[in-house]
Amino acid sequence: MNIIITIAVTALVVLYAGLFKAKKALLPLTLLGLLIAFGFTVCSWNNPVTYYGMLHVDNFALAFSGISIISTLLIFLLTQNYFASNSKNIAEYFTLILFALSGIIMMVSYKNLSMLFIGIEIMSVNLYILAGIRKLNFASNEASLKYFLMGAFSTGFLLFGITLIYGATGSFDIDVIQNNLVNSITTVSPLFYPGIILIMIGLCFKVGAAPFHFWTPDVYEGAPTLITTFMATVVKTAGFAAFLRLFAGAFEPLHDFWTPALGIIVIVTLCVGNITALYQKSFKRMLAYSSISHAGYLLFSLIIISSASANNIFVYASAYTLASVIAFAVLILVKQKTGSDVIESFNGLAKKNPFIAFALTVAMLSMAGIPLTAGFIGKYLMFLNVMHGYHLLLLVIAILNALIGFYYYFKVIVAMYFKEGHDVALETPMQYKLVFALSVVGILLIGIYPNIILNII
Amino acid sequence: MELLLLIFLPLVGAILTSFIKGNGAKTIALIFSIISLVITGVIVCQFTPDASRQFVTDVSWIAQLGIHFNVGIDGISLITVILTNILTPLIILASYKRNYENSNAFYGLILFMQSGLIVVFTAFDAFLFYIGWEAALIPIYFICAMWGGKDRIKVNMKFFVYTIAGSLFMLLGIIYLYLQNPMHNFDINAFYALNLDTTQQSWIFWAFFLAFAIKMPVFPFHTWQPDTYTTAPAAGTMLLAGIMLKMGVYGAVRWLIPVVPQGTDTWLSLVMVLAVIGVVYASIIAFKQKDAKRLIAYSSVAHVGLIAAGVFAFTAQSLQGVMIQMLSHGINVIGLFFVLDIIYSRLKTNKIEELGGLAKVAPQLAIVFLIIMLGAVALPGTNGFIGEFLLLLSVYNYNAWLGAVAGLTIIFGAVYMFRTYQNMMLGETNALTAGFTDIKGSEKIVLYIICALVIIIGVYPKPLLHLSEASVQHLIEQVNQKLTGVN
Repeated sequence: MNIIITIAVTALVVLYAGLFKAKKALLPLTLLGLLIAFGFTVCSWNNPVTYYGMLHVDNFALAFSGISIISTLLIFLLTQNYFASNSKNIAEYFTLILFALSGIIMMVSYKNLSMLFIGIEIMSVNLYILAGIRKLNFASNEASLKYFLMGAFSTGFLLFGITLIYGATGSFDIDVIQNNLVNSITTVSPLFYPGIILIMIGLCFKVGAAPFHFWTPDVYEGAPTLITTFMATVVKTAGFAAFLRLFAGAFEPLHDFWTPALGIIVIVTLCVGNITALYQKSFKRMLAYSSISHAGYLLFSLIIISSASANNIFVYASAYTLASVIAFAVLILVKQKTGSDVIESFNGLAKKNPFIAFALTVAMLSMAGIPLTAGFIGKYLMFLNVMHGYHLLLLVIAILNALIGFYYYFKVIVAMYFKEGHDVALETPMQYKLVFALSVVGILLIGIYPNIILNII
Repeated sequence: MELLLLIFLPLVGAILTSFIKGNGAKTIALIFSIISLVITGVIVCQFTPDASRQFVTDVSWIAQLGIHFNVGIDGISLITVILTNILTPLIILASYKRNYENSNAFYGLILFMQSGLIVVFTAFDAFLFYIGWEAALIPIYFICAMWGGKDRIKVNMKFFVYTIAGSLFMLLGIIYLYLQNPMHNFDINAFYALNLDTTQQSWIFWAFFLAFAIKMPVFPFHTWQPDTYTTAPAAGTMLLAGIMLKMGVYGAVRWLIPVVPQGTDTWLSLVMVLAVIGVVYASIIAFKQKDAKRLIAYSSVAHVGLIAAGVFAFTAQSLQGVMIQMLSHGINVIGLFFVLDIIYSRLKTNKIEELGGLAKVAPQLAIVFLIIMLGAVALPGTNGFIGEFLLLLSVYNYNAWLGAVAGLTIIFGAVYMFRTYQNMMLGETNALTAGFTDIKGSEKIVLYIICALVIIIGVYPKPLLHLSEASVQHLIEQVNQKLTGVN
């Protein structure tokens, strides 16, 4: 609770700071607020509290809040010169992102379905604005409209599902729902089945799982890159946390019913994401499709629910977040310099920018799942999980997709190191270097010594 | 302690090297690789040639997943460790005259790879083995794709996707074994002790075999190899042919046959036939090659086919042959590739018909080339002979017909090697080769050392054979016990 309050208050303070033209104070204030919020996260560890039957802040919630806050922090470090070049009113960016973050914290710690809905809405409304914040840019407007229409549509599904569940149990509380299911597993109310499917569809929209992914590439491409980073990392992670909290908790007794549906979604998501990513010319669109395929891997832990599921998602999401932050940050720098985000504009990058190229290489290796990087540990846990359940078909598809992944992630590495290019030195602000260094260290640390975050939840 | 140094010293060297600008990188790399060689010497001296594992370090690494950092050396590991640490300084020294762009990255990657290789050859934990396996692949991919020749990007992508496909299947196999293991760890002894039925073993066999067969490469998984060898820079080719393909051989000896003996038994005849087909097929293709580098690449497929046949014959004799032949083949093949690289760096061609008469202008090169080539065609008294003899004998014991077919490799090898030698070295000089200068400096050192090794191992292989004998014997007993125990 104190985490949400801190973040919301920071958002307001930043807004006022903007009003009084204290531009220099914006970033420090935001970072301070986020650090305090993170401090609260650490302090509340191992000390689960339930607030008014609405929020249940357990280690699961804290872990995902922590990673969300940290990634937002990294993203804020990248804001230097970024927003200023787009707009005069940069305080709004900060405020909107912070409000979205407060919604995200609710999404990962809800106990009551109404809280889930409110959290998703708080997050989404801010993101609709953020996606379209470049008022005069056509792509940005398109992204915003698409995101809004699709988002509103999916929220409809979600709400409809929630009402059906309410109809069956008379409660929004996920524990009550679970007890209801456990006690009457032989005579489950028929309302449950459409309810679960509708909620699943709604959440799949939010995490961008196929076949509900069509908004992702366009929105990711059209939105300002930094906002895309936020959507691809923090928002996605939160979506999975919300998904897991509901399906591994409340709906777990009906596992046999919804697993086949989800299994098909996983397979489609993996294949669509990877195969389409293979054909992308734009790095940003490639990352968008790769994020779809990562959603597929993340959904693995929902197919075979075990005590380790939450932790597997946490590890995978951390790895993916760190790598994505690097990838998008490099994209921002390259685009500022060359004005384009096609993969060719990365040609020859390594010559003049060895450190950036190295960071992006580590990020790509991690996304591809090469050992000694965090991505490998994430993928390994997923494979282990699926192997445990003996889902051979899934496994074969996962392997084939991992192979495809190698191919397109390496395209970037090939462009940077092996192709002749423009030989431009990118202007890298200090903060960017800091983010690169932190993320690379994070990726390698998790890759080499994952003990620190295994079994954390 | 010594073993840990062998693993981590190159890593330190790699990091150090990558920060050095200019020409100092190669000196640092050379110093680090020589230190590794010296430590290897110390290990060989301290090693007691019995079946036990020595220099063992076993610490819990990722406790939650049952992963240990478990390394040690037995006779079989020792041979491959010797191979790696003798060849790495030679390879670094061989590229001493070349000025590679970004040489710090180049030498850093070589050292990084050395560390990965040592992990592969000494790991007794399957997960660690896998990590080393991949850690050795990434640097060689970069070396070949960054400093390679024409078409390097496409060719190396093929190589990379091929090998990584194999290793992903191996990873699945490892995870499966881990889940079957009641102790929930990756320890090699636990894997040896598993009781799997024949169907399970067959599946595991293929999962592992794919990875190893692609790496070696065994026919028909060899298609990545000639292109990759041809386009790679000289040092890359030497690393690939000299050391890297032994990862596949070693993997089969250590992780495939003892873990799934019944599975291997089921598919044994197929694998043997594939290996022998590879021997003959590659030899025939080698005949037709116009480019000397490609010819050596195919001859390497042939040699490795024979080694693979020896691995799967799995007798004390054949395994000893495999051990000595791994070492010999590594030494010979980097010698051959180095000679070709010397010629290429001066004349910018490796086309056999464009050369000729080199012996007149470069008599020293002609002599060392001849010695190495004799080793490669397994003339008695050279290092190639003893291994090839043991291998052919054991293939013959497995099946006389296969042995007869595999024996053709000796004839074929002699024919295409000597024809190449004749066309390149003998005859009259032409306009291109007239200005050729003889070897000097670091070239001389490398080639003399290689020639010395060819002859010493050829004349007196006993100490080497002695190192691995007990371990090989022990491994075979273990497998036989397992085979008879279940049946």
